[in-house]
Amino acid sequence: MGRLPANEPEMHPVSQVEEHQGTRRDFLYYATAGAGVVVTGAAVWPLVNQMNPSADVLALASIRVDISAVDPGTQLTVLWQGKPVFIRARTEEEIAEANAVDLSTLPDGLSQNANLDPAADASDANRALSEDGVWLVQMGVCTHLGCVPLGEQGDFGGWFCPCHGSHYDTAGRIRRGPAPRNLDIPVASFVDDTTIQLG
Amino acid sequence: MAGIPHDHYEPKSNGEKWLYSRLPIVGLLYDTLMLPTPRNLNWMWIWGIVLVFTLVLQIITGIVLVMHYVPHVDMAFASVEHIMRDVNGGHMIRYFHQNGASLFFVAVYAHIFRSLYYGSYKAPREVTWIIGMLMYLLMMGTAFMGYVLPWGQMSFHGTAVITGLFGAIPFIGEGVQTWLLGASAVGQPALNRFFSLHYLMPFILLGLTIVHIWAFHTTGNNNPTGVEVRRTSKEDAAKDTLPFWPYFVIKDLFALAIILAVFVAIVGFMPNYLGHPDNYIPANALATPAHIVPEWYFLPFYAILRAFTADVWVVQIVQFLSFGIIDAKFFGVLAMFGAIAVMALAPWLDTSSVRSGRYRPMFKWWFWLLVVDFFVLMWVGARPAESPYDMISLVASTYWFAYFLVILPLLGVIEKPLTPPATIEDDYNAHYAPKSDSAPVVNPAE
Repeated sequence: MGRLPANEPEMHPVSQVEEHQGTRRDFLYYATAGAGVVVTGAAVWPLVNQMNPSADVLALASIRVDISAVDPGTQLTVLWQGKPVFIRARTEEEIAEANAVDLSTLPDGLSQNANLDPAADASDANRALSEDGVWLVQMGVCTHLGCVPLGEQGDFGGWFCPCHGSHYDTAGRIRRGPAPRNLDIPVASFVDDTTIQLG
Repeated sequence: MAGIPHDHYEPKSNGEKWLYSRLPIVGLLYDTLMLPTPRNLNWMWIWGIVLVFTLVLQIITGIVLVMHYVPHVDMAFASVEHIMRDVNGGHMIRYFHQNGASLFFVAVYAHIFRSLYYGSYKAPREVTWIIGMLMYLLMMGTAFMGYVLPWGQMSFHGTAVITGLFGAIPFIGEGVQTWLLGASAVGQPALNRFFSLHYLMPFILLGLTIVHIWAFHTTGNNNPTGVEVRRTSKEDAAKDTLPFWPYFVIKDLFALAIILAVFVAIVGFMPNYLGHPDNYIPANALATPAHIVPEWYFLPFYAILRAFTADVWVVQIVQFLSFGIIDAKFFGVLAMFGAIAVMALAPWLDTSSVRSGRYRPMFKWWFWLLVVDFFVLMWVGARPAESPYDMISLVASTYWFAYFLVILPLLGVIEKPLTPPATIEDDYNAHYAPKSDSAPVVNPAE
């Protein structure tokens, strides 16, 4: 190149670009950029993914809870997958109160029950675990920002979240306050009369 | 470095020349330290030094604390108590670190409101301002993660609430929250990673501090008049400025000494005054403290988070327009981050041609109302979420947004500002009259 006159058109680098013959260089640019993007992605993804729940965390052991000592009007709180679960034996009055609510007035009309169809309504029968409506099993995690609500408090006789003032009724349904959903109901079933399996 | 004309470093000895031609680091430090600084800076310009000092204090005490701390759910609380009781002088080191966070935020709020009053955020200092806002966000993240580490009741349930904010994002929220926590609930993975990030982020802050300083060394400091230093010649610039060393370093160190006297008194005599007793109860997932309150420095934005409940008409309209995607919970989260975002946008929202609030008769009132508003939000953020506090926080939150989104843009149009002095020298001489009476005579006959 150096020995040739610089103004020789066919040999001048700029004129090559104008004649659109620099395709090999273009190809190298795109190939390098593409490889760079793929390699960066491949390197970043494991760094992001390592923050997802690890295998031991994901091995969700289901647990069995003995409820023989839970009398009507009391509540057992157990820790399951790092979160509290409320297991309450409700009184007749509480069940009656929960049944008396007009479903159309509820802020959240869905049952939020993992055992049922997601579209199931929030009637008390869809919330309770047992046929007679006595047993109510739900996550003790406020659907607002995750505090643990306090039992037998609030304006609706159910639960009250002290953090931001969400009131839940005796079926764990949100009635007033910032929480968007009823308390979640986990996958649960009776193993026998006095044992509930969570998960 | 571009900027105000002044004398630059010239290597003199052979050794200096040898180094200078290979690495001009001495020149860089010299020019940084000898930066021409407006001679009329008042006492509100000391907070930068306080902030740098506090960052270094936090890093040093933090590194030492890590030598004794164990980031494990079963041992974190105990290891902090071990620091408090068994480690030689550990209680003081921890109290310095714990209260250092408060000093950090006192200084940063003073620093931010100084900039808001004197228009330091305005052109050409927008980049300095934006970097500062990033640093403020990073500070809040660091402080939050640090508060988790002792693994007390407030640590644990505060983490549940704050990571719950991310869970409010429509569609992807729950996944994001699980990803952040490394589990479906707060536990070992969260504690471990927060510890890692709490250690990392101060060093990013340190890096951003250098960029922040670089940015305002390029534009020059703002000053109480908001008038720029004359750059017409070195002589003109010298009339408006004094070198940072020794004039401002000594002044700043004096202010720092006074602030540290108060700080050390708090650390020594009332180290838990700003904390919450609940955090001396080990974390328990089954019981939420009756009253979850963030640390005082988060309260204003926490109040904004809580203010927008489902019964507020703005929330209802937004929920309707977004087909229910933005519910009250997500609205609150957006409002909280939005409150900081509108502040970051101040350089473009403020339409006034006059920079300093000193010469803006109407702006002054609105500004001081914003300061009051900030303290009202801080107060109401610690109150329970019930009447009348919900109404107060709603009004106060609304004013915060109105100040940036309505008042700042409008004031530039309707306000008739006073005329600032022509030069910084004029302002300086007006305050220190004797020197200017006979300007040509440097040493008047006595």
